[in-house]
Amino acid sequence: MEGAGFFATSLEQVVGMARANSLWPLPFATSCCGIEFMATMGSHYDISRFGSERPSFSPRQADLLMVMGTIAKKMAPIVKQVYEQMAEPRWVLAMGACACSGGIFDSYSVLQGIDRIIPVDVYVPGCPPRPEQVLDGLMRVQDLARTESIRRRNAPEYQALLASYNIK
Amino acid sequence: MAENTPESAAAPQEAAAPQDPQAAKNAQLLALLHRLFGADTFTDVEEPYGLLTVTTTRERIHEIIAGLQQDQELQLNFLTTMCGIHYPENEGKELGMIYHVHSLVNNLRLRIKMFFPIADPVVPTLTDLYATANWMEREAYDFYGIIFTGHPNLIRILNVEDMDYHPMRKEYALEDGTREDKTDLFFGR
Repeated sequence: MEGAGFFATSLEQVVGMARANSLWPLPFATSCCGIEFMATMGSHYDISRFGSERPSFSPRQADLLMVMGTIAKKMAPIVKQVYEQMAEPRWVLAMGACACSGGIFDSYSVLQGIDRIIPVDVYVPGCPPRPEQVLDGLMRVQDLARTESIRRRNAPEYQALLASYNIK
Repeated sequence: MAENTPESAAAPQEAAAPQDPQAAKNAQLLALLHRLFGADTFTDVEEPYGLLTVTTTRERIHEIIAGLQQDQELQLNFLTTMCGIHYPENEGKELGMIYHVHSLVNNLRLRIKMFFPIADPVVPTLTDLYATANWMEREAYDFYGIIFTGHPNLIRILNVEDMDYHPMRKEYALEDGTREDKTDLFFGR
């Protein structure tokens, strides 16, 4: 209900709106997708418009892990550790063919998709994807952040998902 | 492949013509190698693209490269690269190591090869001569399983530590490129 001087909504919606418009990205860039992310951060594409103001290179202060580029198997435990160090709520965006599926690197040394080791919320295809695609993916994460329950960590489905990845 | 000087662009001729300075240079270098280490030390002398290439044995490789490095006339004191190689059909000499050495003072380049059986892949380290050999020997160990005696830290450098095979050996069947499921138990994905 609305009226002069006051507005009523649920706490969940307020928190969701705040979260959706302040997703601080943690760039995990290992390849050419990282170069596209630089363009996305530039003034022309301006990821800051969406509240992703501050690329956070500390997992403690980041909300959105953006894995951009090829992840070798040797790098896999590092990605997992970075994810585990992020505070809740946290989301993951796999950018590009390499992070989504290993891409052209069908090899003994390359992880065939980061969803082998951490849960992924949004997949952005492309090799590399254009900045517009990355922004579209970011908006999909915003949809998730805006609408999901603030008690997502306590959901049994979420606990089971983390358990399946051996993440506590 | 090491870069060649402009003179070496011409293909090497059967007889060393006097107008080919690279061939003359190589002949002079080979004569010097024979004088320093004996003519029976090197086999399979070749000059692909003007680069003198000789083959020796693992028993003498350390002595030879140490001599080349310390010889005041040659001063072959830069290890451009080294790598392993696998020729499965070359029975008794399946694995090999290839070294490229360079004299920055005299602008001389030399490629030295040696081969040994895959059942006994042990060769001496060169880390006491060249610091760069440390990294490259770990790479050869990682991908070919060549064991360098005397190496200070012979563990895998590029692949995951718990990998239990040597992927650049030519002993693994090619995968079916039309496979849609990329999970392959053999490669442990």
